Amino acid sequence: MASNWFRFAAPASFYPLAGRLIPVFWILTGVCLLVGLYWGFFQTPDQLGGSNAQKEYYRIIFIHVPAAWMSMWLYVVMVGWAAIGLVFNTRLSFMMANAIAPTGAIFTFLALWTGAFWGRPSWGTYWDWDPRLTTELILFFMYIGYIALHSAIDDTRRADRAAALLAIVGLVMVPLIFWSVNCPDPNQCAALHQRSNLTQIEGNILFSMLVVTFGFWMYSFASTLMRLRSIILTREADNTWVQELHLKGHRA
Amino acid sequence: MLRVFWCVLLRDLTLALRRRTDVLTTLFFFIIVVSLFPLGVGTERQILQILGPGVVWVAALLASMLALERLFAADYEDGTLEQMVLTAQPLSILVLAKITAHWLLTGLPLVLIAPLVGMQYHLSDDAILIMMVALLLGTPVLSLIGAIGAALTLGLRGGGILLSLLILPLYIPVLVYGAGAVTASGIDMADTRPYLALLGAFLVAALTFAPLASSAALKISIE
Repeated sequence: MASNWFRFAAPASFYPLAGRLIPVFWILTGVCLLVGLYWGFFQTPDQLGGSNAQKEYYRIIFIHVPAAWMSMWLYVVMVGWAAIGLVFNTRLSFMMANAIAPTGAIFTFLALWTGAFWGRPSWGTYWDWDPRLTTELILFFMYIGYIALHSAIDDTRRADRAAALLAIVGLVMVPLIFWSVNCPDPNQCAALHQRSNLTQIEGNILFSMLVVTFGFWMYSFASTLMRLRSIILTREADNTWVQELHLKGHRA
Repeated sequence: MLRVFWCVLLRDLTLALRRRTDVLTTLFFFIIVVSLFPLGVGTERQILQILGPGVVWVAALLASMLALERLFAADYEDGTLEQMVLTAQPLSILVLAKITAHWLLTGLPLVLIAPLVGMQYHLSDDAILIMMVALLLGTPVLSLIGAIGAALTLGLRGGGILLSLLILPLYIPVLVYGAGAVTASGIDMADTRPYLALLGAFLVAALTFAPLASSAALKISIE
């Protein structure tokens, strides 16, 4: 059993496995998003809060919060794969980190974008220099920096390792984003995002939010694996198994 | 190990002082950028006092970043850097020496010229003092973090632009607290202490980890 751990570290054996997993993840994505969004739109209260209520527009939360969670989580996962790649020198880990980066960048952008449209009705502005908005923007820059550094270096090995190191250095920013709402005294630092507590959220909203988060997670798996498969094919194009695959003409 | 540190430090300083224009260019870049802002936003005293700390810090960020490209480039081109990687001494010590030399040549002049640009912005004496202390703590952090980026982008085409994309996001905490310290000095001098303490903490953390990270990056870039 012990040797099985590394079996799928070889791109040639992971490629067909990824091919079989992708449809599963797509189905899970579809089901979760349908359930989560249906629940979010039809089974939750029409407005939140007391005197100054958040009306229907609070439903942006079902996209906004899951996207923000995924944006941070994917960065951590990306760094994890990059670190594994640096330590064990496995090619597939670097490819994985590479494949995750665009999805993470998209979720970061989605969190910022939906946040802007939520901020307009509730705060009266699309953008404010709130600590959390600012740090999320930095996270977006860091994804872009990772992608830019990787594509600027022609030698794949150097590109992988350099970008991996950059990602690890950038990890210091993730706790900053996560705790950027911890403002001890509201008079000292103005934060528009308030501290939240998952146990205090109304049950239906929480359910819907978690289901959509799971759906986004499955989407990340699906899109990352699809991107990974094309990265594998590009990089291993000279190997015999890719050429055999090409000759057979099937894409399993 | 200390001897190696001194050796590399003195070598880099000597080399730089043989070509003084490089050092002066950074300094004048800083002064010009700072002087351009009042011409753009208007010369009213109050506006300048509000803008001053931020402008000085942004200019310091840009100046130290522009100089970063030269940190390893010359040694990389003539092969010295490869020899440094091959020596028996820990590479991080050599890198730390190079970063120190770089800071003495590009960061320290900015600290010393700060009172002059502070006066351009009608900052009070207290604010200028705090600005100098904050720059003294903050600019080494810029050089240390920047060295990682400089090592990663070594020898790449369009390295300068790429470097700014990689490094500027990491500079933001220093910018926020550095400029924040100067702004806070306008309210109460005691309020600046947490800002300065945080900048000091950044400096200690960067001193500990950045040389290791940049030597790892150098090894990746050179192999």
